[in-house]
Amino acid sequence: MSEILTEPSEHILRSAFRSKSFAIGFALTILFVAAALISFLWTPYDVTVMSIADKLQTPSATHFFGTDHFGRDIFSMIMVGARTSIAVAIIAVGIGVVLGVPLGLAAASRHGGLLDEVIMRGNDLIFAFPALLIAILITAVFGPGAVNAIIAIGIFNIPVFARLARGAALTLWTRDFILAARVSGKGVTRISAEHILPNIMNLLIVQGTIQFSLGILADAGLSYVGLGAQPPTPSWGRMLAEAQTMISLAPHIALFPGFAILLTVLGLNLMGDGLRDLFDPKIRRGRG
Amino acid sequence: MNKPFKTTAFASFLALSAAFSPAFAANTAINVGMVLEPPGLDPTSGAAAAIDEVVYANIFQGLTRFDENGAVLPDLAKSWDISEDGLTYTFHLQTGVKFHDGTDFDAEDVKFSLDRARADDSTNAQKALFADIASVDVVDPATVKITLSKPNGSLLFNLAWGDAAMVAPESAADDATKPVGTGPFKFDEWAKGDHVTMSKFDGYWGTPAKLDKVTFKFISDPTAAFAAVMAGDVDAFPLYPAPETLSQFEADPRFQVIVGSTEGETILAMNNGKAPLNDIRVREAIAHAINRQEIIDGAMFGYGTPIGTHFAPHNPAYVDLTGLSNYDPEKSKELLKEAGLADGLTLSLKLPPPSYARRGGEIVAAQLAKVGITANIENVEWAQWLEGPFKNRDYDLTIVSHTEPMDIGIYGRDDYYFDYHSDEFKKIMADLNNTTDPAKRTELLQAAQKRIAEDFVNVYLFELAKTGVANAKVKGLWKNQPTQANDMSAVYWED
Repeated sequence: MSEILTEPSEHILRSAFRSKSFAIGFALTILFVAAALISFLWTPYDVTVMSIADKLQTPSATHFFGTDHFGRDIFSMIMVGARTSIAVAIIAVGIGVVLGVPLGLAAASRHGGLLDEVIMRGNDLIFAFPALLIAILITAVFGPGAVNAIIAIGIFNIPVFARLARGAALTLWTRDFILAARVSGKGVTRISAEHILPNIMNLLIVQGTIQFSLGILADAGLSYVGLGAQPPTPSWGRMLAEAQTMISLAPHIALFPGFAILLTVLGLNLMGDGLRDLFDPKIRRGRG
Repeated sequence: MNKPFKTTAFASFLALSAAFSPAFAANTAINVGMVLEPPGLDPTSGAAAAIDEVVYANIFQGLTRFDENGAVLPDLAKSWDISEDGLTYTFHLQTGVKFHDGTDFDAEDVKFSLDRARADDSTNAQKALFADIASVDVVDPATVKITLSKPNGSLLFNLAWGDAAMVAPESAADDATKPVGTGPFKFDEWAKGDHVTMSKFDGYWGTPAKLDKVTFKFISDPTAAFAAVMAGDVDAFPLYPAPETLSQFEADPRFQVIVGSTEGETILAMNNGKAPLNDIRVREAIAHAINRQEIIDGAMFGYGTPIGTHFAPHNPAYVDLTGLSNYDPEKSKELLKEAGLADGLTLSLKLPPPSYARRGGEIVAAQLAKVGITANIENVEWAQWLEGPFKNRDYDLTIVSHTEPMDIGIYGRDDYYFDYHSDEFKKIMADLNNTTDPAKRTELLQAAQKRIAEDFVNVYLFELAKTGVANAKVKGLWKNQPTQANDMSAVYWED
């Protein structure tokens, strides 16, 4: 890479794990990603099979997290639910990155021009609406389901990444190495791709992690109100919603999905914070 | 050490209860919980069950009425004579009846109410109830004559519905917001989104109510309903929305759990006009794939009675036809193979908000999956359900509870959302309308039940149970729900 302001990667990883919050966040994230991946191959019980006779059992050796009101194994449902949540959040963030970053880079390359204005005012327009409300509107119009939840959450990731990319790229455009690239005859598109993008990657990764946790939260919120993945696909938000009237009768069926959401979001946020500390030269130098 | 303390405590308790006992003795107010808020308060111009649940027998009365077991009793009409040919009904009215605004109730009001309900431009939700009435004539202020165009054995039953309530010409137009009836309670106030209050009407013609004040509170969230009853904010919740918490109330001596029957046939409705459900073998296969008891246990926590046809099991004319569509997944698979669908099929399953539908639907989908039928669940709101499945028949399968009393006649309606057309069934219904002999009517009703069960029009799941919770000291609440009503006229607090 060209004049990229990084250190050797070994060094980064070592200092990363020296940060306790990053280590905890990373471990929690890996835990849930692993649960989601393993659920493709194996879960203790089939999550679509009901066994009414075994309903509302408390946690035991046969059912680690107990059973829900249909006698389904909550541990298995949390595993498969992780898959749904992570998939929705990853794709939603992906939409934001794939559409938002090029828009932001394009806007920065034409700073002050018509294109810049159109893109950034479009962003402002999306920002002006409360995200969750519009997500509810989209799923209400196009029907509830995981795909529409992804689209609804994804749309709100576009301006986040566009604005971040533009802001970071603008400062880079004034740098000497960019000037050198221009003098050597490269076009704006190539410069954006070859010189700007690698240098803002660290910011994008940090923001991606944070957006990922917000995506999980948004998915849980949408499925809580019944607009996310539809039954019988398990989803953490819906598990919570269904458990709420039984909370005094069988608290465990609300606690486990609740903790799953809490720990995933916490893990991703800790990891994001750790990454930011790591990539931000000012903070890093301050730590000395 | 301990004893003196106890004595003091006991003494102060005595003093306290002495101080408070007049207040307890005078407990004549009650808060009643309801899930849905009514859109208006005029039972003669709206279909919502919540209207009748507030006003039926409390504010409004009809010529006849239902009791808690569904029997038809005299109300504003104290007696009646029926002519030999069954075409003329002469009603003798109660005298000294006053509306809450002070005006008198007499035969003119009866004529006004019935003519208004059956008029062409009437907004009455159940106009079919009055379809056979040819004319209503005032004989004298205490006598009314109703002439029918053809004999109708269910006229007295029809007149007991909330939709046939007696209203006054002076106040009828404002009944939706300021109801004026002849009942034991008069309307006080409606705080939209929260509660309706009514108080004892001093000029009531019959046995006065035992309560001075009744407040209907609207609490749609099951969790909030649970909390409200536990905290004593609500003294009675006759149609309690969270059956999963009933076991807690049963174990608590402060509360009573009242389990009775309703008129709610909960069915897995099928779109009979749409392939592949237009094939009776497919419908029968679906029926045999359903395990009713599992749905009752899983969705209703055991409250509910399995049914095999569209009829309430507590009705004397009910026939148990559950054996016709018993749980037999092997038979289902065979029937599907016969119908050329051995590789399975995919159907939509639209579920409205009540928990019997949402929870029951998940169990139904799991049971159908076992015989190779994929049911794609789609949760819909009531407005979407009315627009989609109900109005435009845009569905394959849906779950809904039909809570109107004696509504088997809907299977004879060509425009109904089942899209079921049977000339044989329609003939049974036509015969029924022309029959007044009770034994003959029972026979015809049973024939009708068999017809729809043998045609596997829908899967008849269970009769909704009325699961209510109330303070243990509240007496006189209805046990059953033969019509949409919360009759508070006989309710009182036990000392």
